[in-house]
This record gives sequence, structure tokens and C-alpha cells, in this order.
Amino acid sequence: MAQVSSIADDQSSKSITLRIARYNPEKDSERQFMEFTVSYEKWTTVLEAILDVKQHFDHSVAVRYSCRQATCGSCGMIINGKPRLACFTKISELDSDVVTVEPMNNFPIIRDLAVKFERLFDTHHKIKPYLVRDDTELESDAQEFLQSPEELEQYIQFANCIKCGLCNSACPTMATDSSFVGPQALAQAYRYVADSRDKGKDSRLKIIDDSHGIWRCHFAGSCSQVCPKGVDPAMGIQLLRGYMLGFRS
Amino acid sequence: MDNDKRKEGIKGMANPTRYGIERVAYWLMRLSGLGLLGYFVAHIYETSNILRGRVGWDDFLALTQTPEGHVGMGIVIAMCVFHTVNGIRVMMGHGGVGVGKPTRPDYPYDPASQNYRHKIGIYSAIILAAIAFMYGMAVMFGE
Repeated sequence: MAQVSSIADDQSSKSITLRIARYNPEKDSERQFMEFTVSYEKWTTVLEAILDVKQHFDHSVAVRYSCRQATCGSCGMIINGKPRLACFTKISELDSDVVTVEPMNNFPIIRDLAVKFERLFDTHHKIKPYLVRDDTELESDAQEFLQSPEELEQYIQFANCIKCGLCNSACPTMATDSSFVGPQALAQAYRYVADSRDKGKDSRLKIIDDSHGIWRCHFAGSCSQVCPKGVDPAMGIQLLRGYMLGFRS
Repeated sequence: MDNDKRKEGIKGMANPTRYGIERVAYWLMRLSGLGLLGYFVAHIYETSNILRGRVGWDDFLALTQTPEGHVGMGIVIAMCVFHTVNGIRVMMGHGGVGVGKPTRPDYPYDPASQNYRHKIGIYSAIILAAIAFMYGMAVMFGE
């Protein structure tokens, strides 16, 4: 199925070979790669190269994207072996003549580079990603839940999560345990547990205190290395474990 | 491939090359843990030979008194030292010790949990394991 096509017609720009993984679970028995030669400038992103291929050669390449500015978390994929956002990865920074793009690991494939996010969203929802307060407090006259800047600092880093799934794709535990809650949900559990306005700590800790919960994290730290927003899930998980072990209150 | 439960598998978990020294430490921790478990089982089997009497015991022990046996013992010593030192680092990290403090991240987003303290811990574990291996070799081959 390998195909070589070229759009490197501009003499001034350099070109790379873009290898795109093709797989349709409803039709194909195994993944295959298609190769395209594409030109790029120093600012060209991997997503732009894929969209070039879709525009000029094969519109059937399936890829999910939206904002093109690392905000929506849609275009996560494996680029040259590591999970990255395609819109946030410049071809020039990869320092390679061949760029291979594959769907993220540890996610079911819809088609080609697009994966299903249902499990990620389910586990995210499971840890109650919202402030838990007594109903009476919410129904009384509009009352603000005040917070100091120091209290804000405790969790604001983890509020940057865009749910792109790169951390779950890099996690070595998720590589072998599809029931593991995953670094994304655990980091978000910490985000709400550390929020001084929240009163749902006990219920959240109970949810993640499971055989496929927080104890399956072995602090490999790969999740933090691939996070495109600086969330550092590994830190959040260890701090969260500190709550469970009684080191934090 | 079961697409609904698609996961990278053992191959992805065990690949230490993509995510820096922390992932190498993770891989060595698993490897040394399995190695020590294997040694534990072999050790029980070895000591059970005492039931065969002194001759049987001496015969079996002689199998470990070879250059290959010495190197094997040296590897066990190295695994033991690495697993212990790195295990202390990991346990401290699990308690939230030395993983940094939450703060507003600035690009290029250097993760605080992968800080120099933990890197020093990992390199220390590797270096101490190497020293223990060489010391073990010197003792066993120096006889």
C-alpha cells in the first residue's frame, strides 16, 4: 500500500518523507503506511503537512483537528515514536528526513490517525471533575467561594489540562492495563482535591483507591514529559498519593 | 488486534528509549525485580538440596563456583543494590517528597517532577550497582 507522492515543487523549501499509518478496523487486518514527499518551511507543523497530503493527494486520510494552536487537544498522535500534538510540533524541530505519524497508543482506533476518546472522557468524568459543595450552599444567596492566590497556586497548573490524551498514550501502565484510570484522570483528581473550595476529597480518593487506580502508577514520569501544556501529571499523582498515605491533609 | 482494548503491550512498556533516564530507571526497576524474584526461587531450590545430604549439597554448590556462576552472582548483587536505592527514591516520590511544588508552568514546560534530585537518585543507583558488581567480581575472582 506504500505510495510515494510529491508536493515538493517549491525550489526554496526543503522536503521530508511523511509516513502516515493507515488502518480501518472495519476493513483492514493490519496497519499499513503510505509515504508522501512533502515540502516544508521552518514553521510548518506536522498537522499542516498532513493537511497538505489530504488536500493534494489523498483526502481519505483520517485525522482529527480543530484549533491548530494546542488548545483543543484534538490532534494528538505518535510522531516519530513519541506522543505529540501535530499542531504544536514543527517538522524542522524533529531533525529527521522521515516523519512517521501513527495513532496514539492505548486508544481504540476510529480510522488512520483518529482515535476514540470515550474511555478518557469516562474516566475523567468518573473522578468528579467539578467542585463538590453542599446543595444548601449553592442554593443560598449568590455567595462567592473565596480563595487566596496561594490556594490558587496549589492546583492552577493542573487546570491547564486540555484532555489531549498524550499522557495516557505515553504511560507504561496504560500500555499493559486497559482498565487503569490513567494519568489524565488522576492529575485531574488532584486538581480538585487540592482546590480549597472543594469538599469532595474523600469521595474522589475512594474512587481512585482501586486495584486499577492510583497504586498502579509507578512514577515513570513519561506522562509529564509529553504533556504539551506543562501540567506535570506525575507530580499531581505523587502529591495525590501523599494525601492517601497521610503525608498531606 | 482487539481494537476496543487497544494498548501498546509489553513491548511498549519495556521500551526504555523514548522518555529519558526516568523511563530507563522504570525499566531497570522491573527487570531487577523480576531478576531478584528469579534468584529467590533459584535460591530456595538450591538450599533445598541440603536434603540430599552433604554430598548432594556440595555437588550442587559446585555448579555456582564457576566463572559463569560468579558473574551471575555479581549481577544479582548489582540488581539488589539498584532495586534498593532506586526503590527508596521511588517510595519517597510516591509520598510526594522531592517532586516539586505546583506552580504556573512557563514554556517550554520543564516538568518539575523530573527534577535533578530524582535524576541524581537514578544515576546514584546505577553507579552504586556498578560499583557493587565490580566489588563482587573482585572478591569472587580474587580468591
